[in-house]
Amino acid sequence: MERRVVITGMGIHSCLGNSLDEVRDSLYKGKSGIGLDPIRTEMGFRSALTGIVERPVLKGFLKRRERVGLAEEGEYAYMATVEALENAKIDMDFLMANEVGILYGNDSSARAVTESTDIIREKKDTSLIGSGYIFQSMNSTITMNLSTIFKLRGINMTVSAACASGSHALGLGYMYIKNGLQDTIICGGGQEVNYHSMGSFDGLSAFSINMENPTKAVRPFDRDRDGLVPGGGGATVILEDYESAVKRGAPILAELVSYGFSSNGDHISNPNVEGPSRSLERALKQAGLQAKDIDYVNAHATSTPVGDSNEARAIDAILGTNKPYVSSTKSMTGHEMWMAGASEIVYSMLMMQNNFIAPNINFENPDEASAKLNIVSKTIETNIDIFLSNSFGFGGTNSSLIIKKM
Amino acid sequence: MTKEEVIEKINEFLVDEFEVDPDSISAEADLKETLDLDSLDYVDLVVVIESNFGFKVKGEDFVEIKTFQNFYDYVEIKVAEKVAS
Repeated sequence: MERRVVITGMGIHSCLGNSLDEVRDSLYKGKSGIGLDPIRTEMGFRSALTGIVERPVLKGFLKRRERVGLAEEGEYAYMATVEALENAKIDMDFLMANEVGILYGNDSSARAVTESTDIIREKKDTSLIGSGYIFQSMNSTITMNLSTIFKLRGINMTVSAACASGSHALGLGYMYIKNGLQDTIICGGGQEVNYHSMGSFDGLSAFSINMENPTKAVRPFDRDRDGLVPGGGGATVILEDYESAVKRGAPILAELVSYGFSSNGDHISNPNVEGPSRSLERALKQAGLQAKDIDYVNAHATSTPVGDSNEARAIDAILGTNKPYVSSTKSMTGHEMWMAGASEIVYSMLMMQNNFIAPNINFENPDEASAKLNIVSKTIETNIDIFLSNSFGFGGTNSSLIIKKM
Repeated sequence: MTKEEVIEKINEFLVDEFEVDPDSISAEADLKETLDLDSLDYVDLVVVIESNFGFKVKGEDFVEIKTFQNFYDYVEIKVAEKVAS
């Protein structure tokens, strides 16, 4: 029998704040978290723009052995997970007594790779690298560290699917629980913000260069957008089987009702319309919903000329009859990449819980494709019963999640 | 580097980097037990010794280092050998 999958906790550490409350306020105010990173200019980057994320200080909270293997994105994920578990009323006793899993999206850990390689080049002796870099440098760094810290004994795996990693992690968590393989899974996405991880992306000229006005740089769907701005942090969503959640008296925040996915089968970096459209269609069909049922779409839109335009066409093609509210929270956060699919669920959940839709800031003039959408440029207060969140990534990987209020 | 300086430096990085309670450090205390060392920690100990004293510990040398005093003596000898060479 297929089971219902609910969200019982959330946590967030991003450029919009270090807690759910801070982030909710930033979203409501339409506050940008974008700034400049001077080292990128020094390193010859085309763009120094980035989400400004506060690095948590974990000395005193985690033991040395628990911190040594934790990369930057792992620190953010840890902070988000502590908040999410608390929110879900899950403590260490519960984690020790139950088989809880972890599925987290992550697709790089560049700083650890470059720093450890620098030591090899300098010292010509691998025994001087130390014990931490190996555990920091693998894509699975977040899941391997958090599963150890939180003593997890269920499914333990990292999902690497470019900028859709976080979304697919939640989607796979949904599948595991829906099919009765797990009762509780810590899902999420993490993204490093250091310059090491962004150089080769900057080299593609994919980033906005509006460095005179950092908070105006990310302008998804706007006619004058000139590229994305990278960001990052950590976002955690606790997924649970509905019956188990009720049984333990967990706070039930919403239901994850479908996971649409597809692959473009096309260009490695240029998105198309057909692939995302199939992901949207699959999500609707799986949930047994129609276009008219969707109140809000948290768009993937990163502020790139082609990507936003193609997503606007896909949304219009599948949901156009209803014209749901659409906004891209990346206008405030920048592109949180491996984390984005998870963080944007948290952002949309905060909107749903607090009856507002956060604005797609800097949306001043539509282009031909975005003119067909109902884009929210100023915060509006409204009820959201059902929202859909899109995430797309290099290689043409697409994921669409639909969440329903309970 | 004097014997006192070696001891001071070792105690400093053990407290700072290995988070050892300063009160638990004594010449005769068991190094492995006090620091709660596992195999990965020994890897980090090699790195921290190299960065503080400029020589590399061989893994097998740790076998003979039981107490803090053994550790201080070992480092002192190695530092002296380095200076002499």
